[in-house]
Order: sequence, then structure tokens, then C-alpha cells
Amino acid sequence: MTTVTAETTRVASWRLLLRNPVTVVSALVLAVVVFVAVAATWIAPFGINDVDVASALRPPSGEHWFGTDELGRDVLSRVVVATQASMRIAVVSVAFAVIVGVTVGIVAGYRGGWVDTVFMRVVDVMFAFPVLLLALAVVAILGPGTITTILAIGIVYTPIFARVARASTLSVRVEPFVQMSQAMGTGNLYILTRHIVPNIAGPLVVQTSLSLAFAILSEAALSFLGLGIQPPQPSLGRMIFDSQGFVTMAWWMAVFPGAAIFVIVLAFNLVGDGLRDVLDPKQRTMIEARSKR
Amino acid sequence: MAVFTHPIVRFIARRLLYSLVVLVGVLVVVFSLVHLVPGDPVRIALGTRYTPEAYDALRSASGLDRPIVEQFFGYMGSALTGNLGVSFRNGDPVALTLLERLPATASLGLVGIVIALLIALPAGIWSALRQGRISDVIVRITSQFGVSIPDFWLGILLIALFATTLGWLPTSGYRPLFDDPAGWLRHIVLPGLTVGLVAAAIMTRYVRSAVLEVASMGYVRTARSKGLTPRVVTFRHTVRNALVPVLTITGIQLATILGGVIVVEVVFAWPGLGRLVYNAVAARDYPVIQGAVLLIAALFLLINLIVDVLYAVVDPRIRLA
Repeated sequence: MTTVTAETTRVASWRLLLRNPVTVVSALVLAVVVFVAVAATWIAPFGINDVDVASALRPPSGEHWFGTDELGRDVLSRVVVATQASMRIAVVSVAFAVIVGVTVGIVAGYRGGWVDTVFMRVVDVMFAFPVLLLALAVVAILGPGTITTILAIGIVYTPIFARVARASTLSVRVEPFVQMSQAMGTGNLYILTRHIVPNIAGPLVVQTSLSLAFAILSEAALSFLGLGIQPPQPSLGRMIFDSQGFVTMAWWMAVFPGAAIFVIVLAFNLVGDGLRDVLDPKQRTMIEARSKR
Repeated sequence: MAVFTHPIVRFIARRLLYSLVVLVGVLVVVFSLVHLVPGDPVRIALGTRYTPEAYDALRSASGLDRPIVEQFFGYMGSALTGNLGVSFRNGDPVALTLLERLPATASLGLVGIVIALLIALPAGIWSALRQGRISDVIVRITSQFGVSIPDFWLGILLIALFATTLGWLPTSGYRPLFDDPAGWLRHIVLPGLTVGLVAAAIMTRYVRSAVLEVASMGYVRTARSKGLTPRVVTFRHTVRNALVPVLTITGIQLATILGGVIVVEVVFAWPGLGRLVYNAVAARDYPVIQGAVLLIAALFLLINLIVDVLYAVVDPRIRLA
């Protein structure tokens, strides 16, 4: 009986999700972005560092769809390869945040007592630092680069997952099926993996999608400041930084990399919103505001 | 001593104590920052300017040659009395540099939050009152766009349009408010808009959901059913109560802006705290990084504290919880 109900709910959730055209379109856009990221090296029509000064600052054309930059490099190829780098950093850093944050949150929420107090005070301290500032502090310690960027963004988003996981664990912990299981003498690990984790997955999936959006923005900001991905590897943020001197004569240098960031972030945000309506309709958006920049 | 048993005083005391505990945690993190650097921070900071004499001088001036426990309590003590050490780069007192930079960042943050409120309050209320209609959908989509746009990109596009192409406003720079009010205004419009538009997008969504939540309350239904006009119900009962959560998000946004304007300050060559941190990170000037991070985190805590206290004053239910 229970399995049927769970199955029915799941099917209904998917139907609800697929009925929202905005979510469906955003998911399709994301699918395209993921394809571009995975196949970047095959898609890019030119080499990312093919300098051709003779055709510098050319507007978009049949040959160079997104135009060329001040060194004659193909902007489209650089946007494609930079998208791959952005997506890779976002996915790895958010995975880090999910693994560490959810573990901390579940343990704190499930154990309670002093473990909870200590973990959550640490989280409170981390929340006292604005996101980009905390990321900059990590860069100041470890020096700029891709690994640092991943670590910085991962550390910054860990407390958000810890809070979401803890809050959800607290509400699941008092459910009769968990208490029953505890009374029957089931091991803690079994209860955590079989009862708690599946039941708090909804809010976490939503938060993951929204965090990927913010991770893309954070990476772009760090790279814009020259503290993220380092040249000669192209990054969307740095391309926008470099375009500053050419905005009036070569608008395409600023517009296309920015538009790429915008589209990816928008797609993650819209998918996250769609997922929330289905998986976690009651969730307050407080955490979301905090995680923005 | 009846004053100490008053619920609001007890609430403030509890909240203050909590902020102090977090502040001590912040101090520990900020202190550890320089000690977490792999290798020797003084050596890294000196870079090509390294000579054994310069190294020894800087090391003892920054106190890094003393035992770590002594350093920690020394740092705590001097930080609490407003001494944040001297810059590795130019020897200036860090606290003084921060004070010089604070007005630029504060004015940008305040202008940004005012612009955000001017947009978010009407847009959010309008959107909530017309829930599901086309105007609601437009507001929601626009705010989603605003949340997804990189602020530095928006800044560059605004410069390209209003400064470089139309020539209406300066591309970058800053004028102090009291020296040159007109110049201050001309220079703050574009960075203020950049900060404000992004914050407005986030806040519109909060205002909308706050109004919707209050509108579903029993007392709003009662007000309507006893025959009050829609205007009275909307403004006296719904919007007024929805402003309480909006106050919280305004505080959080202001705090977030203060810590997040780094990129916007770099784009507009705005001489605030954000650009100071950016330059300090690039130069590995650890005392300045530590000081700025400490100041911004402390401001963040202070604003949150003020918001919580205001909240308790406005909404008596909070104190009792």
C-alpha cells in the first residue's frame, strides 16, 4: 500500500513538473548547455588561443558568429570552452558543498545536543561572512587558480546545505516511522541512510539547482577579478573584464560571454523554482537570498 | 530591577550575547587567515621586494615572530580596541584606511537599497495583488532575470549605454558627498543602479510572497467580510503586516550589499572597502585583508542584530518565542 502511494506521488510530481512550460524549456536549455560543455572541444570552430591580429575586433559574421576579440581570437570558441570550465567548477564545488554540508547537517540534526550546538555555531560564523568576501579570503590564503576557486565556492555554499539538511532532518526525526524504527533498535546508520536521507532529498535537490546558479555567478565574479580561472584558459568572467576597453567598438566581446552566464544562471534558477513548486512547496526562500552573491 | 525582566530587554540581551559569540568565532577565523597560508605569509607578501632585512623588519612589526597563543590574544585585544595592525604594503594603520574607505561603500550600499526598495515595494505588492494575471507573470519573469544577471556585466552595459554612448554620466570614479554633492550624485547613479537593480530583483520576490502570505490570513478575510473597502483591507491589513518580513530582508540585503559590492566597486573604480579588499588580495596584504573582512563581518552581524531587535519591537510575537 505504501509503495503504491509513494509511486503515485512520484508520478504525480513528474507530471506536475512537466506541465510547467517554463520548467520544461529551462530544462531543455540546461540540456543544451550540458551538451555544449561536454562536447566543447569538438564544437568550438576555432582554437581558443588562435591569434590572428589581421582579423582583430571583427563583428559577428558567417565565419565568426560571435565576432573576434582584440587579438583576433574567435569569441564563440572561447565562450564554448569557457562554458565548459564554468560548468565543471560549478558542479564540482556544489558537489563538495552538498557532501560536506549535508553530512554536517544530518549529523547535527539527528544527534542533537552538543554536537548540534557546536556544528551550528560554526555554520553561524560562516554565515557572518558575505559570500564573495569569504571566497576572496580563501583565494588570499591559497592563491588564485581553478582548484582554489572550486574550494572557495564549495566552502562558501557548505553552510547553506548544512542548514537545509539540519532543518529537514529535525522535522523528519520526530515522524512516527523514525521513532518506531529507533524503538525497534535499528542502527543509526541504517535510519540515516534509509529513512532520513530519502525524506529530506526534496529540499536538497531544490537547493542544489539554485546553488549551481549562484556557483556559476561566483566563479564568473572571481574570474572577472582575475582570481579564478587563469589565462591562457578562457573564462566567461575574464572575457567580460577584458572587453571593458572595447565596449563601444566591439560590443560583441562583452555581450556574448555575459549572455552565456545569464542564460545558464537563469536556466538553473528556473529549474530550481519549478522543482521547488513540486518537491518542497513550503520552503521559505530565506536561504536563497543569503546564497546570492 | 523590573527593567531586566521585561521580555524585550531579555530578548535584546539574548540576541546581543549570541552576536558576541559569533563575533568571537569571526575573530578566530580572521586571525587564522594569515596562519593558514601555505608557506611564509611575510615572504609571499614581500615577493620581489624580498631582502633579509625587510623580511625581519616586517615579521617583527606584524608580530608574526611571537608565539601563536600570544599572537592570538594580542590580536583579539588590539582588534577590540580598534587597532588592526599596519599594512604590509605601505605601513599605514589598517583601521584608518578602513575608516577612509567606509563612507564610499556605505553611500553606495544605501543608495542601492533605496533604489531596490523603490522598485521592489510597488512591484512586489502589485504582483501579489494581481496573482496569476499577466502583470504578475511579467513582474516575476523580470525579477528572475534580475536575479540571474551578473552584476559586473550589468555595470559594464550601463556604462556602455549611459556613459560612453550617450555621455550623460561619468564612466567611473567617486566624489565625496560633502565636498561636491552634485558630483557625488552624478557618479553614484550608475553603480547605485547596478547594485539596486540586482537587489530589487531579489526583494521583489520577498515582498510578493510576504503580501501573499498575509493575504491568506484569517484576519484579512474577516476585514473583508465585515465590509471594509478593498483599499483599506489592502493597505491597513495586508501590506502593513507584510512589511515586517520585508524589514528583515531589507536588512539582510543591505548587509549582503556591503560585503558584495567588491565587483561593482572594481567596475566603477569606486574607492570603497570592496576595492580595498580586491587590491589587498592581489598584493597579499594580509593585515588589510584581515581588517576589512573583520569590519564587514562585524557590520553584517550588527545589521542583523538591529533588524532582529526592530523586528521584536514591531512584532510582539517574536519576543515571546
